[in-house]
This record gives sequence, C-alpha cells and structure tokens, in this order.
Amino acid sequence: MPGTDPLLLDEISLLLVWTAVAIYVLAFIAYAIDLARRSDLALKAKDQIVARELVTAGGGGVISSGSGAPASASSAKPRYLWARLGTVLTALGFVFHLVATVLRGVAAGRVPWSNMYEFALTGLLLIIAVYLVVLTRYDLRFLGSLMTGLAVLLLGGATLAFHVEVVPLADPLKSVWLVVHVFVASLATALFALAFGLSVVQLIQTRRERKLLDGPTDAETKRSFLRTVPNAEALESLAYRFAIVGFIFWTFTLIAGSIWANDAWGRFWGFDTKEVWTFVIWVLYAGYIHARATRGWRGTRSAWLSIIGFTAVLFNFTIVNVFFKGLHAYSGLTT
Amino acid sequence: MTDPLRPSDHADSTSDEVTQPRLGVVGWLRWGWRQLTSMRTALVLLLLLAIAAVPGSLVPQRTADPNGVTQYFTDNPDLAPVLDKLSLFDVYSSPWFSAIYLLLFISLIGCVLPRTKHHWKALRSQPPRTPARLSRLDDHRTRTIQVDADTDAVAAAAVESAAAQLRKSGYRVARYDSRGSFSVSAERGYLRETGNLLFHGALVGVLIAVGVGGGFTYTGQRVLVEGQAFSNSLLDYSSFNPGRFVGGDTLTPYSMTLDKFDVTYVPPGQPGSGQAGNFVAHVTTQTPGGDAQDGEVRVNHPLDVQGDRVYLLGNGYAPTVTIRDADGKEVFHDSVAFLPQDANMTSLGVIKVADGLPQQLGLLGFFYPTMDVLDSGALTSTYGALEYPTLTLRVYEGDLGIDDGTPRSVYTLDPSKMTQIAGGDSGNPAIQLMPGQTEDLPNGLGTITFENEAPPGAVGYEQSVKRFASLSIHRDLAGPWVLGFALLALFGLLAALFVPRRRMWVKATPRDGSVEIEYAGLARGEDPTLAAAVDQLADKHGATLPSQSHPDTGKVD
Ligand code: HEM
Repeated sequence: MPGTDPLLLDEISLLLVWTAVAIYVLAFIAYAIDLARRSDLALKAKDQIVARELVTAGGGGVISSGSGAPASASSAKPRYLWARLGTVLTALGFVFHLVATVLRGVAAGRVPWSNMYEFALTGLLLIIAVYLVVLTRYDLRFLGSLMTGLAVLLLGGATLAFHVEVVPLADPLKSVWLVVHVFVASLATALFALAFGLSVVQLIQTRRERKLLDGPTDAETKRSFLRTVPNAEALESLAYRFAIVGFIFWTFTLIAGSIWANDAWGRFWGFDTKEVWTFVIWVLYAGYIHARATRGWRGTRSAWLSIIGFTAVLFNFTIVNVFFKGLHAYSGLTT
Repeated sequence: MTDPLRPSDHADSTSDEVTQPRLGVVGWLRWGWRQLTSMRTALVLLLLLAIAAVPGSLVPQRTADPNGVTQYFTDNPDLAPVLDKLSLFDVYSSPWFSAIYLLLFISLIGCVLPRTKHHWKALRSQPPRTPARLSRLDDHRTRTIQVDADTDAVAAAAVESAAAQLRKSGYRVARYDSRGSFSVSAERGYLRETGNLLFHGALVGVLIAVGVGGGFTYTGQRVLVEGQAFSNSLLDYSSFNPGRFVGGDTLTPYSMTLDKFDVTYVPPGQPGSGQAGNFVAHVTTQTPGGDAQDGEVRVNHPLDVQGDRVYLLGNGYAPTVTIRDADGKEVFHDSVAFLPQDANMTSLGVIKVADGLPQQLGLLGFFYPTMDVLDSGALTSTYGALEYPTLTLRVYEGDLGIDDGTPRSVYTLDPSKMTQIAGGDSGNPAIQLMPGQTEDLPNGLGTITFENEAPPGAVGYEQSVKRFASLSIHRDLAGPWVLGFALLALFGLLAALFVPRRRMWVKATPRDGSVEIEYAGLARGEDPTLAAAVDQLADKHGATLPSQSHPDTGKVD
C-alpha cells in the first residue's frame, strides 16, 4: 500500500504540471498580444491626454470640481488589458505549478529538487515566483512573454525528456546541503533569468534609441512596444540590481557547495565538471559587475555579458548535467 | 576628496589624464603598472579566466578523473599527446591558467592596496563642504518657516537638530556655517568601500589559504575488510599524498578497526530497485593509552578522529579464499577486496599466491553476489545483495612479476609471463564456487575453497561473504581558513553591493521674517532609495520645527 501511494501522487503532480504548462501557454499568448497592441494604446493614450488638456483649457472654468485633473492623470497611464490577463494567467499557472511541485515533494518524502526533472520543476517555479513578486514593485510585464515562454519551453521540455519515477535518494544527496545549496542556486538562477530578460530588452531599446538619435522621426512614429518600455539606462540599472542579488546567491551557492563537497567527497574543490561551470558562471558575473563599472563597457557590452552569463547558467543546467561526466551525476537519468 | 579611489578607467572616475607614458624606464614601468591595475585589465583577465576554465570540463583532468585520462589516451592516440603538451589534462595547474589568475591577483593587489590607503585616510576626514547651490541637485526639497523672532537663532537651531538627526542615522556630519547661512554636510556609506576592499582582500586570502594550506594537508587511502585494523602510520596506508610540509612523523598515532559494514538495497519491484544506500562503516578507534571508541563513517558524515577526518570512499565484497597444496597444506588464506564493476556489484579481483606451490599462481576472479546466466551463456549479477553469491576464477601459473621489486597493483594481474591453466582457452573450465564449496585446482596442484563467513546457524547467504570499506583519511589545515576568507568575502560583497553611499545636506538660510530650509541628497554610485531617503529626512526634520512652518514644494528640480 505505501508503495502505490507515491506513484499516484506523482501522477497527479504530473497532470498538474501539464495543466500549468497549458496555462503558461495561454499567458504567453496574452502577453504576446499585449506587446503587439501596446504601441497603439500608448499612442492613443497620448492623444487622449492632449485632447483632454485642450478641452480643459478651452472649457474655461467648466471643470472645477477638482475631479478633473486627477482623472486625466490616472487615465494617462494606458491600461494594458491583455498584459493584465497575461499576469492573471501566469499567477494561475503558478498555483498549479506550485501544487504540482509540493505534491512531487510529498510523493518523494523529501525536497522536490534532487534530479533533473525536479531541478526544472522547482527552478522554473522560482523564476515565475520571482517574476510575480517583482511585478508588485516594478511594471515588468513587457518581460511576461519571455518569462512564460521560458517556462513553457523548459518545463514542458524537462517533463518530456527528464521525468523519472520517485526513487530513494542516493547517499551523497542525503544532506541538509541539498536543501540549501540547490535551493539557493535555483533562486540565483531565477534572478539571473530576470536580469537576462531585462538585458535583452535593453539591447533592443538601445538600438531603437540610437536610431532615434541618428535618423529623422521616421523611427519615432514606427509602432513598437518599445515606446512603452523604460529607456535603456533604466533597464540596465534594473538588470544590474537583479544580477547582483543573483550574484550574492550564487556566491553563497559556491561556498555551500564546497562545504558539501568536503563532507561528501572529502575535498572542498576538485574542478569536477559541475564545479568548473559553477566557477565559470561566477567569474562571468563578476566580469559583468566590473564591466558596469568600467568606462567604455557600461551599456551594451555589459548587457552582452549578462546574456552570456545566463546562457552559461542554462548550459550548466542542461548540457552539463546530461552529457558531461563527473561526480555530480544526479540527473536521475540512466545512460 | 573623500570619494573612494578608483582606477582611472572606472566609469565614475573623472580623471581623464593622458595615459601616454613619459619617456624613460620609470615612465614606462609606471605606465605598465597603471595598465595592469586598470579596470579594463581586470575585466579582460576575469573573462579570460572564465574562458580558460572551460576546457577542463571538456577534457578529463588528471586530478579529478585519472582513469578518464588513460581512457582518452587509448581512444585518441594521436590527439592526446598534443593535448597533453598543451597541459589540457592539467588545466588548473597549467602555465597558461596559472598565468591568468596570477596576473589577475597581482592586478587585484595593485588595485586594492592604494585604495585601502586612500580609504583609511578618508575614514578620518570630514564630509565635504556644502555646495553653494543645493537646488541644482536632483533630489532636493525646500521648506520655509515663518519666524517672528531671531531668524539666525532659529536657523542655527534647525541645522543643529538636523545634524543630530543625521548623526543618529549613521551619518558622519560636519557643520559649515558661513555668513548668511547655516548648513550641515553629512556622509554615510563608507562601509560600501570597506566591503569592497574586504571582498577583494578576502579573495587574496582564499588563494593564499589554498596555496599554503595545501602544504600542510595530507590524504591517505586504506582498504579495510571487516575485522581488519590499520594504524595511522605511513606504512599502513595503501596510498598517501602528503603536502609539501608534511613529514611522516607528524601523523597522530591511533588505530582503527572495521567491525562491520552495512548497506541496504531497494528490493525488486520497488521504484529504484537494486539501488544501494545507507552505507555505514562501523569502526572502533583506539588511541595509545586511550579507551576504544565506537564510531560510524557514512557518506556526507565523515568521522573525526584526533583531528583527522575519515571518509567513506567506496565499498565492496571481499571473498575469503583458502588454497591448499596437493598435500592439503594451507598456502593461502585471505579475504581479498574485489572492486565493483557495476551497480549490481559484479566485482573483479585478483588473488596472488607467491609461495608454497611449485610455481607462482595468479587467479583472476569475478564475483557475482546474485548470479544469473545471460542468454549468451555469460554470467552476470542481477542484484547487489548476497542472494546467490558465486565466484568464478581463471587460473594462471608462472611468474607473477612481483619478485623484482617493481610495485604492482594488488588489483591487477600481469599474465605476460604466465600460462593460463583454467578458464579461457586453457582446456580446463574456469573454477566456479559458492560460499562453503571447495574445488580441485587443475593439474593436481591442490584445492581452493570459497569460505562461508556466516556465523554458525545462519540461514541463507546474507552474511556469507565479508565486505570491505575503502576509507580516505584527511588532515586539512587549509579548510577552516578557506572557509573563513570565503565568508569574509561574502559579507564584504553584501556591504559593497547593498550599503548605499550618499551625501546629505541640510541648509538653513535666514530671510526676512522667515527661514528657508533646504534638504538635498547626492548618490555616490548605485542608490535607488535616495529620493525616499531625502523625503524621510525632510519629513522627520519638519516634525521638529516650529509649527507654523509649511512645506513650499514636494519637489523642486
Ligand atoms: C579575482 C578577481 C576579482 C574578482 C572575482 C572581483 C569581483 C568583484 C565584484 C564581485 C565586485 C562587485 C562588488 C563591489 O562593488 O564591491 C567588484 C567590484 C570592483 N572591483 Fe573587483 N574583482 C576582481 C579583481 C579586481 C581587480 C584586479 C580590480 C582592479 C583593477 C578590481 C576593482 C574593482 C573595483 C574598482 C570595483 C568597484 C566597482 C564599482 O564601483 O561598482 N577588481 N569586483
């Protein structure tokens, strides 16, 4: 009896994962439509303000109740209905995703991050969670399609390619460091992901800004969601803020990992493949932070480093886990 | 004046000095040093370091995976020597990798030392003079209070209370009163630069601790069969890797006996069936003159003995074999560790009988804890526990090649000077035994027995074969230092990245019947919360002012 229980739980969990993926697909679509429509809305909103100001000016003392000015101020900010729908859907998908992850943990009787499938499950859960939390402070919904797109691709892909039954943990994994080290690494990944998204948009925005500076107003009238997005400098400093928090977590991951390695394998550091890549990523982001402070490197070049850094993170998670030989053979996939 | 010192190509640096060297050796040297300690060089070296580390994950490394290297040489006989010339099997000790990180650290030290000196001075200096026109700063608030009495006194008091308030929130303050206005200049966030210097300094600490500490570190390996003991001395290790400063006499004397080795296997039919886990080596340690102590060595839980740490590296079966000559006299009796070859513990081992028989005898054995026969007729093991233990042996007769003093691994047999007399094409079948069974050796040489080690009355095969544990004993003096510096780096980093560094000014200017109070803040570096901080300062300070005051503006830009 206790043997069938976990299997059933895992099956339910899997069903929920697919539901979450489906909802993320819908969220992705909503966000994509939002991006496509944004410039229109922004233009219209601008027109509206202009129109209202004209009305107020022309109407003399007609609007004197005091409600006029605040009303125009609040409607000046266009309301992105599709983006809002996208966020609602993302949050809904997140709930399913969360329950699925918890169930997987219950089925396994341990934390749900100890093989490739579970790393993906928890890692993407954190990416979406960080994204949703950040939304309460900054309007980053223009990253919505990127984030949900990432979730759909990686979560769907990982579930197809990496899903394995719940099996007992291998001895080296039975450690509190599994809980701490892997969780913090996933958290760092989530922050790097957000920084990555912002850096990508920053690059596109920089291109647009440069065109605006160069050419006549031809580009200005071109409709693009970019006109509703913060300028490149703001994007860059936001990306930087997420990246440095991620970097702190990654530094901690590195330290916690070597303490664990010392317990499990009797040495802090041995340049095992996974250790090499953790180090490479750390150095890349240290480079990114330096680049931000180096004349001639701030802006586009440092944005590229953020992108390269996150590419290395993804590479570390996918290719290194599956194809590289090493002590960290915990993908749970038998070769 | 109190800005942290930065390399001249730092993004915030204002020095646009021409970097052309003045003629002469000293000029060139100075120029070179400036290049080496510039931000750009640090950045390029960091990126180079990242790139240079990658090949070590693509090609097997001697330190991490020596067998992988050997395999690579067999698989790529042409390519491997070339890669070896380029140190690609020892990337992390290669000249080019070392060059990169040494240059990086020289640059680091060259960068950090002058900054530390500068920062030390800055820590003792006064916050800078209040700018003449505070309203030119981005974050600026103004309020005017109506005053009937002595405006000068009110202004002075307001600035005094602002100074007290700022001091209380951790600012360093200085008063700058001049004719016509009173002001306080405040600065905080020196911890940011302290953190930055601490971080970079701690990295040097990590490097030194690893480099020097490694010299005081030793690791030794030893295989123990259940019931066996070893003593902590050079002679008793099967391999020993001392650091540069470790002598044989530095080992703490103690002995350790492996009483029992436990392992569990997931039974068939369950998810993960056959998976081994819960490895425990039960040991007894004894120090000279001390009491015997029981201990456990488990994965993730090394055992501390007299400052050494004992790790469990591996385990396996050690079949006990007795060989007798034609007269029935015992010539060999030992439990021999067999190395596991797969997850179901198919194990390979070598038995060497050097004396007592007409010629030396070598036996190459396979052990299957749960033997099964494949369709091809080959034997295999289908489960790691002792369900149907079977030992098969090929026998070689001749010269073991151990008499000339060349060291030979106990796990390999060199049959080049031997003749196979059982198994393979020898004409005799390989010997196949289960615990408790005895067979004749070929050519009337004698007999061989696979001893059953189970206690009398035991049922089944569960305890019929002894196990061994492969232990690794470490003394690591570097570890705590490395960890200490790493944590220092982490704390330094937290301060360097998150402590806001800013200046604040409060200035009170007496006017006719009123006093104008200005609040302004200036960020030094990344500081997203500055505007809020200025607001807070203005609000809090406003509450202490005479009640007839009224804010002029929320924001004056
Ligand atoms: C082992 C090599 C190095 C690593 C891993 C490293 C890492 C870092 C990190 C993580 C930061 C951000 C934390 C902070 O702002 O304090 C930083 C900042 C900084 N590093 Fe390094 N660094 C290294 C070498 C160097 C070298 C050689 C220099 C001198 C040229 C240098 C100069 C600086 C400076 C000036 C900052 C402050 C940047 C700012 O103003 O934001 N670093 N470094």
